[in-house]
Parts: sequence; structure tokens; C-alpha cells
Amino acid sequence: MVVAGQDPAVSVAIRVLDDGAWVSVDDERRVSVSELWRVGGDVCACPDDLADFVVEGFTAVGADGRTVTADVYGQCIRCGADATVRTIPVGRVVDGEFRSLAGEAVRFPGAGLGAPSPSQALPVPGSVGED
Amino acid sequence: MPTDVENWKSEVYGNEIREHLLEFAEEGWESIPADEHDAWFERFKWWGLYHQRNGQESYFMMRIGTPNGVLKPGQVEVVAEIADEYARGPAENPEFGDAYVDWTTRQSIQLHWIRLEDIPDIFEKLEANGLSTQQACGDSWRNIVGCPVAGKDSAEFVDALPVAMDLNETFTGNDDHANLPRKWKVSVTGCEEGCGQGDINDLAFEPAEKDGVKGFNVRVGGGLSRNEPRLARSLDVFVPPEDADAVAGGISALFNDHGDREDRYNARMKFLTDEWGTEKIRRVLQDDYVDFELQTAGEDLRDEYTYNSGRNDDGHHDHVGVHEQNDGDYYVGLNVLVGRMGADDTRELARIADEYGSGEVRVTQRQNVIVTDVPEEDLDDLLAEDLLDTYEPDPHTFMRGSIACTGTEFCSLSIVETKNRQVRYARWLKDNVEVPDGVEDFHIHLSGCTASCAQPQIADISLRGMKTRKDGEAVEALDIGLGGGLGEDPRFAEWVEQRVPADEVPGAIGNLLANFEERRQGDESFRDFVERTDEETLAELVEPEETSYADPYMHNTKLTWYPYADEDDMDASPAPARADGSPIPSDD
Repeated sequence: MVVAGQDPAVSVAIRVLDDGAWVSVDDERRVSVSELWRVGGDVCACPDDLADFVVEGFTAVGADGRTVTADVYGQCIRCGADATVRTIPVGRVVDGEFRSLAGEAVRFPGAGLGAPSPSQALPVPGSVGED
Repeated sequence: MPTDVENWKSEVYGNEIREHLLEFAEEGWESIPADEHDAWFERFKWWGLYHQRNGQESYFMMRIGTPNGVLKPGQVEVVAEIADEYARGPAENPEFGDAYVDWTTRQSIQLHWIRLEDIPDIFEKLEANGLSTQQACGDSWRNIVGCPVAGKDSAEFVDALPVAMDLNETFTGNDDHANLPRKWKVSVTGCEEGCGQGDINDLAFEPAEKDGVKGFNVRVGGGLSRNEPRLARSLDVFVPPEDADAVAGGISALFNDHGDREDRYNARMKFLTDEWGTEKIRRVLQDDYVDFELQTAGEDLRDEYTYNSGRNDDGHHDHVGVHEQNDGDYYVGLNVLVGRMGADDTRELARIADEYGSGEVRVTQRQNVIVTDVPEEDLDDLLAEDLLDTYEPDPHTFMRGSIACTGTEFCSLSIVETKNRQVRYARWLKDNVEVPDGVEDFHIHLSGCTASCAQPQIADISLRGMKTRKDGEAVEALDIGLGGGLGEDPRFAEWVEQRVPADEVPGAIGNLLANFEERRQGDESFRDFVERTDEETLAELVEPEETSYADPYMHNTKLTWYPYADEDDMDASPAPARADGSPIPSDD
């Protein structure tokens, strides 16, 4: 799949690689399984609708405007719920280059992003994301 | 819509990859077009080469397929020499040094830190000595597994080794079967104990007899990966040895035509078997893929299987130790903790195999090695060799039962560090935990993710990589499963405890075994105990606990370029590197 940047002449190729281990962007392995993500929405029954989600595999990639998304499966490590989450943002294409989201960003199915509310804060310091 | 992988395979795949691979090797890493990396690294797998994970770009894992785990005289020395000369990376492993050989759960060999530019020389040396990496990975017939002492086993019903070797000869490099929808794992077993572990393979030939003819019953659709474990299911087909090629080729062709090429996650034979059922597979096989009448299944030996059963059945649970062969000589199985052996030790293994045996060495599905064909009068001298102080034929129970996959040291999929951790677990358990009375075989398998390369679901204690938070920090953790095993009534482990911080797992195992000892009835086995105990109670008996065990790998080892480097940050990675090891600067 190819994602266009702001300049239509600039685009990036995205795909799932190595049996779901990576999201590859322009033939570089940019997003890995085993990361912990904060995922909003109704992934699990954890308080504040916020899962502490370990990514075990990618099954598909897509794009929503400049946002690169992936379908993933994994588990909330707070409550143990297994889940498959679709179209979750993994990064953005800015000036024709892919930028990963910071680990602290709150991601929502449907390519959404947001800052954690105070009640959603997990004990990890950091900012919301690069974009 | 076809996947990228299918598109790449349709352009170049199979034998023809070699020519391109050797050209790239000749011209160097930088000659691979940057926008073709994904395609070529996917294709290289067919020739046994996996690009190592990020932070280790330009280095490859090389897998050498050794059908049925058989290494002929002289071949182990060749493997040792290649490991010594070529499998040295930019950093050392604190447990194993900087040149080592991994014996795998599919009776193969894996080397790491292989440079693209060295591959022509390595291929030349391997092939001059009858070894190959062809189809060791990729979407094709993988290394065929079986009873590691096939042809020599005193408990053998039918000699499966010629069949396994013939299948290997027929389907390696065979263009009609080179591009399957997904990997194709085959087991061929002739012994009475179930050592081939056919239950967890895509295609299994298991010993059987029909109308006085000894041959094989056929099963399909087993496998452990992706939280979707399946036991292989009977096709109700008996195959005399001379028809094994035709039937195996027919089933492989059926999978080739009907496996899912649009969704790699649904592409394994186990999912086609789920979808079709065995009756339809048999019918289509008969109608479209074989030109003779298939026989119905013969009488099998499954009720005699004891291998890796987890029972107190006086059976065979591994091939460690001294055992008499069917010709009066002996084989000596050596325990290789987590399957990793230094290059120098591997060279020593070759020497003692040559000095005391026929020179042949065999690899088991428990990551161990076997020296075969040792005359009785030479046993004492062999057993006195220094090498056997490390790779013991009579190891402590916890050393003997430990298996671990590759883990985050090199693997893209793994969530946690595995091999070094399992070494530390085994040593700590040996020093601190009492083995339950009478228990000699106790299997603890550690797999870094759900791919299940360490076969965790068929162990007494199954450990699977996870994450958790401890004191607010993300740490490496393990799910704990109990009571898995094969034998006559195979059963996958029950996952009773999730996300145990990795430093609390040895304490959990110690407490669990103490609780087991207190509650067991007579001399019942751990698996029997698990089967009669409800899941809630089992979870209560695990009791994770910090102990004197220290775990240096609690941080996110996947975010390092190499978990054991002094400077392990991804930014400190010396990769990618040229043939001389000098880093290649990035364009920006």
C-alpha cells in the first residue's frame, strides 16, 4: 500500500512484514510488535476506557489521510483481555517521511489520537506524540 | 487481493533466488536496492536466511536443514568451522561467547550474525560436505523431522529414515512444491514411542500396519502457532512406504492449490483442515491428487506412545543418556541447555563422535545432540570426556527439561529475552528448588511469543513471553501454562497465570512444585495432577514471588540493538555494516 504525503509526488510504501512482526515503511522496519501502547475506546473493560495494550502482531496496514494505521492483535496487560483492534494509528507521514507515534500517545481505533486525561495517566512519563 | 509476499513470490521465488542472492553477495550489502529490501529479505528465507531484527541490519540468521536431524560423519566439524569463521557478531553473548551453534526444535541448525558477503563461501563449504540451507525457511517443505534415532532405535516398528530422506530428496528444490501458500512442516516416524511429534506438524506419517504391511497412517493440520494450537487429525489413510512420496506430494499439491494465499494468517494447513474437515480433504486428495485407490487407515501404535507424555509411564521422554541401539552398539544423548553450543565445543563434539562412534551426530526435537554407533567397550572412555561435563548424558532434571526459542536477542516476533534467561532459570532452579520425589523428566519450555518455536504448549510448565507493569514500570513477563504433553493422549497446557514478572517466575515454579509435592497422590505425575485439579486451584498454587534469582533482562530488550551490549541503545547499533564489519552511515 502506498500513502501520499502532503506533496502528492511524495509517497511512502507501507506493509506488514515478517509474519506480522513489523510495520514496514519504505522498506524499513519502523513499528515493532512487543511495544506497549495506550489504546482508548472499548478495547477492554479497564477504567477510563484506556487499555495498556501490548502488541503481539500486525495483520494489516492502511491510511487515513496522512495517518498510517494498522490492525493489531494483543492484550491489555492491566486486565488481561485479548483483543483485535482495527485501524489504530501507528504514525504519520509528514513531508513525505514517516514519523512514529510516541509511546505515550493515546490511540483510538479509527485512526484517532488524543492526549491522556489526568485520570487516564499511566505511570510513564513523556509527551503525547510527535505530531 | 494477493498479499505483497505473494506478489514477490510470483516474480522471483524458489531456486532462482539463489542467483540473485549470490550477485548481491558479490557486490555487497549496499547493492540491494533500498526499495526492494522487504521483497528480497522475504525471498532469501527460502535459502535459509532471515534478516535479523532491527538494530542488526545487514546480519542474517542462517538455518541449515538436516533431515531427521542426521549429520553424517564430518558434517558437525564443518558446521563448527563455519560458526567459528563466520558467525561472529559485533558483540558477545555473556553466556555463550561470540561464535555458537543453535540446535533447534525442528532438528535443524541455526547460526547468527552471518554477513551477506560471506554467503557464497559458506554455501560452497556446506554443499561440498552435503549440507544445505535450501528451503530451511520460507513457504515450502521445511526440514523433515522424525524420531532422531530412526534406523537405530530398538523400539522401532518400521524404519522411517529412508522414507524421510526420500521425501527430502523429492521435495527439496522441487519447483512444483517450492512456492506453497505458507510453510509446510512434515514429520515421519516409525518408532513405537511417538518421538516424531507428528501431532504438531502440518503433515504426519505415523507408524501403522495394514494387512500385514508395515507403513504409515496419515494425519494433517497440526501446529502450535498464533494462540491457535491444533493436534494433527487423521485422514483415515494408510500408506505403505513405497507410496509415501505420492501421497505426501498429493497433499502438498492440495495445500498448494487450496491454501489461503490472500491471508497469511489463515494460510496454514491447520486452518484448511478446520474449514474443510478431514473427510473433504481425503475426498479431494483421492479425486484430484493421487491416481490409485487410497487405503483406509491401518492399526496404529498411538496407545503405546510415551514420548514427552508427562506421565509416569516408564517411557521415553527425551533421548538423553546411554541407550542400546538395534545393532548392539549404543547411542549417547547429550543435554544441550537451551540448544546452544559454542563453536569450540561443537568441534569437540565432532571429534568425540568420530573417535568413539561412527562420526555421525543426530539432533533431537529437544534441542539436544546424540552421538551414535558407540561400541559398548568405548562407552566408558566417551563418558569420561571433558565435553560431557558440560553437555551431560545424565543431567539434573531442570537442566534436562529446559527448552528456549531464540527470543529478542535476534528474533523480530519475540516479546522477551529467552535463551539466557532460561539458562539462568535452570541454574537457579537446580540450586534452589527440590525436584519432586521420583521425578526425572520435567519439561519447562520458554517461548518468546505466540509463534511457539519452543513448543510451550506441550511442556509440564509452559512459559510464553508477555509484558506487565511492576512498580509502575513496564517489564518483561511470562504467561504460565501447566500440564501439556504428548504421548497416547496429547494435551495442550492450560494457561493458568498471566503476566508474571520474569524475575518472579523461578519463585513461582518453586512454590508450584512444593505445592504439587504436598498435594500429589502417591507418585502421580505433574501432568496427572494438573488434569485432576481445577484451573482456579492451579492458579492459586503458582504463587509468583521474588527470590534470590536476579534477572538482568527486565527492561524492554526489544528496544535495544542487542540486549547484552555494554551500550545497548538502538542509536549505538553498529549495523548495517560492510563485509569488514565497519558501519555503513545512514543517508541522513
